[in-house]
Amino acid sequence: MAKDTKAPLSFQDLILTLHHYWSAQGCVVLQPYDVEVGAGTLHPATVLRALGKKPWKAAYVQPSRRPVDGRYGENPNRLQHYYQYQVILKPNPDNLQDLYLGSLKAIGLDTDVHDIRFVEDDWENPTVGAWGLGWEVWCDGMEVTQYTYFQGVGGIEVDVVSGELTYGLERLAMYLQNVDNVYDLKFNNDGVKYGDVFKEQERQFSAFNFEASDVPTLKRQFEDMERQVTKILNTENSLGYKLVLPAYDHVLKASHLFNLMDARGAIAVAERQSYIGRIRDLCKACALEWAAQEEAR
Amino acid sequence: MAHLLIELFSEEIPARMQLQAARDFERLFGDKLKAQGLSWETLKAYVGPRRLALHVEGLPLEQAAVSEEVKGPKEGAPEQAMAGFLRKVGLTQDQLVLENGVWLARIEKPAKQTAEVLPGILEEVILVFPWPKSMRSGTSSFRWVRPLKRIIFLFDGAVIPFEIGGVASGNLTQGHRFLSSGEPFAVSDFKSYKQGLKDAFVVLDHAERQSIIIEKAYKVTAEAGCALMEDHGLLEEVAGLNEWPTPLLGDMDPKFLTLPPEVIKTSMRTHQKYFAVRDLSTQKMAAKFLIVSNMKAADKGAEIKRGNAKVLSARLSDGVFFWSEDNRKGNFDQWLAKLNGVTFHAKLGTMAQRVARIEALAGQLAPLLRADAGMASEAARLAKADLASYMVGEFPELQGIMGGYYAEAAKLAGDVSEAIREHYKPQGPSDSVPEGAVSAAVALADKIDTLVGFFAIDEKPTGSKDPFALRRAALGVLRILRQHNVRASLADLVALWYQTLLIYAGPNQAVYVDTENWRGSAGPRWAEGETEVYENYLRDFRAGLLESPVWVIPTDRDYDLDIKFEHVTNAPKVDNARLSFRDYRTVSAEFADFFADRLKVMLKDEGVRFDVIEAAFAAKDDDLVRTIARIRALEEVLSGKDGEALEAGFKRIANILNAETKKGAVPDHAPKVLPGAPEVEVTLVHKALSLAPTIDKQIDDERFAEALAALAALRPDIDAFLDGVLVNSEVPAERENRLALLNALRRLMDSVADLSKLA
Repeated sequence: MAKDTKAPLSFQDLILTLHHYWSAQGCVVLQPYDVEVGAGTLHPATVLRALGKKPWKAAYVQPSRRPVDGRYGENPNRLQHYYQYQVILKPNPDNLQDLYLGSLKAIGLDTDVHDIRFVEDDWENPTVGAWGLGWEVWCDGMEVTQYTYFQGVGGIEVDVVSGELTYGLERLAMYLQNVDNVYDLKFNNDGVKYGDVFKEQERQFSAFNFEASDVPTLKRQFEDMERQVTKILNTENSLGYKLVLPAYDHVLKASHLFNLMDARGAIAVAERQSYIGRIRDLCKACALEWAAQEEAR
Repeated sequence: MAHLLIELFSEEIPARMQLQAARDFERLFGDKLKAQGLSWETLKAYVGPRRLALHVEGLPLEQAAVSEEVKGPKEGAPEQAMAGFLRKVGLTQDQLVLENGVWLARIEKPAKQTAEVLPGILEEVILVFPWPKSMRSGTSSFRWVRPLKRIIFLFDGAVIPFEIGGVASGNLTQGHRFLSSGEPFAVSDFKSYKQGLKDAFVVLDHAERQSIIIEKAYKVTAEAGCALMEDHGLLEEVAGLNEWPTPLLGDMDPKFLTLPPEVIKTSMRTHQKYFAVRDLSTQKMAAKFLIVSNMKAADKGAEIKRGNAKVLSARLSDGVFFWSEDNRKGNFDQWLAKLNGVTFHAKLGTMAQRVARIEALAGQLAPLLRADAGMASEAARLAKADLASYMVGEFPELQGIMGGYYAEAAKLAGDVSEAIREHYKPQGPSDSVPEGAVSAAVALADKIDTLVGFFAIDEKPTGSKDPFALRRAALGVLRILRQHNVRASLADLVALWYQTLLIYAGPNQAVYVDTENWRGSAGPRWAEGETEVYENYLRDFRAGLLESPVWVIPTDRDYDLDIKFEHVTNAPKVDNARLSFRDYRTVSAEFADFFADRLKVMLKDEGVRFDVIEAAFAAKDDDLVRTIARIRALEEVLSGKDGEALEAGFKRIANILNAETKKGAVPDHAPKVLPGAPEVEVTLVHKALSLAPTIDKQIDDERFAEALAALAALRPDIDAFLDGVLVNSEVPAERENRLALLNALRRLMDSVADLSKLA
């Protein structure tokens, strides 16, 4: 315990420290993508850049929206909006595990007194047809990071393997600050708590997700987005090739609308697979188109 | 003689794959050494989170020289043939030898140095290594379970040059990720390897890690007045997650002890890989847990224990929430309603329909188990409800167990709660059969439904594929039938299942059959309870369910019994059927074969001679319990004092009859005492005639061993008859009668078992 004399990092210092650390490893430090997503992987900087042969290194924070996880600000561990810290290194360097452990040291995790373990967990995201092998990284029995070597994206095997790290920021911060309730996290070093920033948002969005969102509207919007994707991909334009990036944005929007309908209990068991299949097909179409464009560039 | 040491050092290998990987490494490498003519004294693989190693002692320094003979053309063969052969073997004709008119080429394969052969072997083994899942890394196309980092390849003290996947061989390895300096160190042989690792906080041997865990866990729990709740699977897994296993005893918040112990244990095990701990003074679960950490921490594990306790609290808080939600009043009804929306199998319908079939079956089976039919139906109706509960959603392995708790909380009858809890039993060879009659009835109904259902939609196990675990279910059925002495023919059990198909009759669908003579359906009217109209009709219809394939068709009307004439008008289209089931006769026949095979496997595992099983099965008794009794009796008699007499007597009779059968039909009328017959014949005829009713009675009473002993006792008379009388008499009437006598005796023996199957 003697080693832990330094005060633990605030939530924002945790992010800043990771930014500095991964910036020093040559990553471009990006800002969050401005479309609602359910996981940091869906940011085009990961899911699209993982395709093709071009090297790529990026780090960013991405808010994850999981409408069904809303608890009106009353559950100490569960949020419908939380942050993931996402790192992608393509191709994965040989020393990625060491780099990762270095990042834990940088944020003040003392590996002399903690028990860090790499426990098998093969990641899969059927919506984007992506899969990989790796681990969940445990610190004293708690999962703090998902560590994956991408093997396929968009239903096709990747040319070059990327290493992907996803840190659950709130969980990690709760661990570092030794706090039992997410809303008690120190957000900065000036007395602002996580709850001061997000509690009201959690309450209002929980009520919106479960009670106030209008299902017919969501349904219509979903169908609009779906049609838009096909239309965007098939509309002739002055560039002379398909507008895959805007199309992908619309896929993300459709995906979030699906999650909202799901939170309202508006998706029957029998429809579920069909909805997921529709999003997956659109997503795959974008991924394949992007891969082809990358090949050509 | 020399030693070989290989280490494939990688990033963390999944724990569940490790032991199999060690076995595969030994097998593959050993096979390839043998194929190269290399022998060894010892060969053993070692495995841990970051390494897969192989140590071989007593390898020769070079292969044995191999001399190979290749057959060439015959003497005097055309010249082209000889020229072709010489080209192929690379020799001239004066180097060939002529043996028995054929030219032979002797090719001496020079012995290679073992060190030259080994790289090829290692490369092949790595390339074909059967990891359940493997991956690529970076820009390489090389596949391994996780990125490969280092290779040690030492033979006879020297590094063998080798490279694969961009990794070159050497003599360096690394120790524990956090406890050692992390610097690579050199090794020269297995001893220095193992010791070097130990100095760097790595226990190489999986088995040694397991015993360290047991020993230390025992110590830390005993100090706290507790004991580990042993769990072999978990032990194997955690031994694969640690290089330096360090058991620590953590404290759990005692408020969680209000949860059922199974919930706590399962949560600890599946989410956190902790062992549950029992308080020695109360023999109940203690408010503690055992973690096997991979650290010798500077603070003696205080932080690790604190962190793990926190995670466990969060997990168990979820458990408390599920437990209280699941225990609300009226949950069973809501859960059952939810099962309507859960598909059991696309070709068998919903889980709710499965429940309805099991409920009907359990009521029918109950009398066979001397169980109360009402209780059995009620338990079956509720048995699957917990599948819709929160807790079972989180921990599927607690199905049944949770249902039992919830039933107790809902104050259901004791037998009903017990049956809900135990109806999945027995789940494997080591699991017990439910003891209560109601439990056994529901357990049997559950398995019969699974088995006949999948047979009816033609989803039988084939070869090694058994995705619905039907073989296990069949063994479960056999064990329940045996333990509860259920006397039923398999055909009847299958028939009961076909009768349950009436549950598919609903407001917009009908159960439809199309037999040889008529067709008809039970549909909306029946489902709506118009049973008066239906009473007579249904009796015929139920019989029809066993005479035709069965279809479930969408319709808003019933098709009455319709005798087939030339022109039939309103028959529904079975092409539109929602579900369809193969006909009872086909399924029932396949079912009998399948069960006979399962029973044979089961008895063979119990050590029963295969020929004894075959002999008893040849009696073609549809009652499995009685077939087992025949087998047991035959075994008993054959291993006792009467065994030899029985077999010898049978053999003498069978030899003669078999020879006669080739000439023509053997008479099968009752033997008589012919005037002037020799005394040995008269005696045997009398005995055969008087014994027949006794044997029949003994078989009826299932006293098979007594019947066999009585037959064995005939041996002196059989011997005296066959020694003293010529069966093949020149007097046709005598011959006829003597053959009839022998045939009568054989029929008596066959009525217990076909002794000709005995080896």
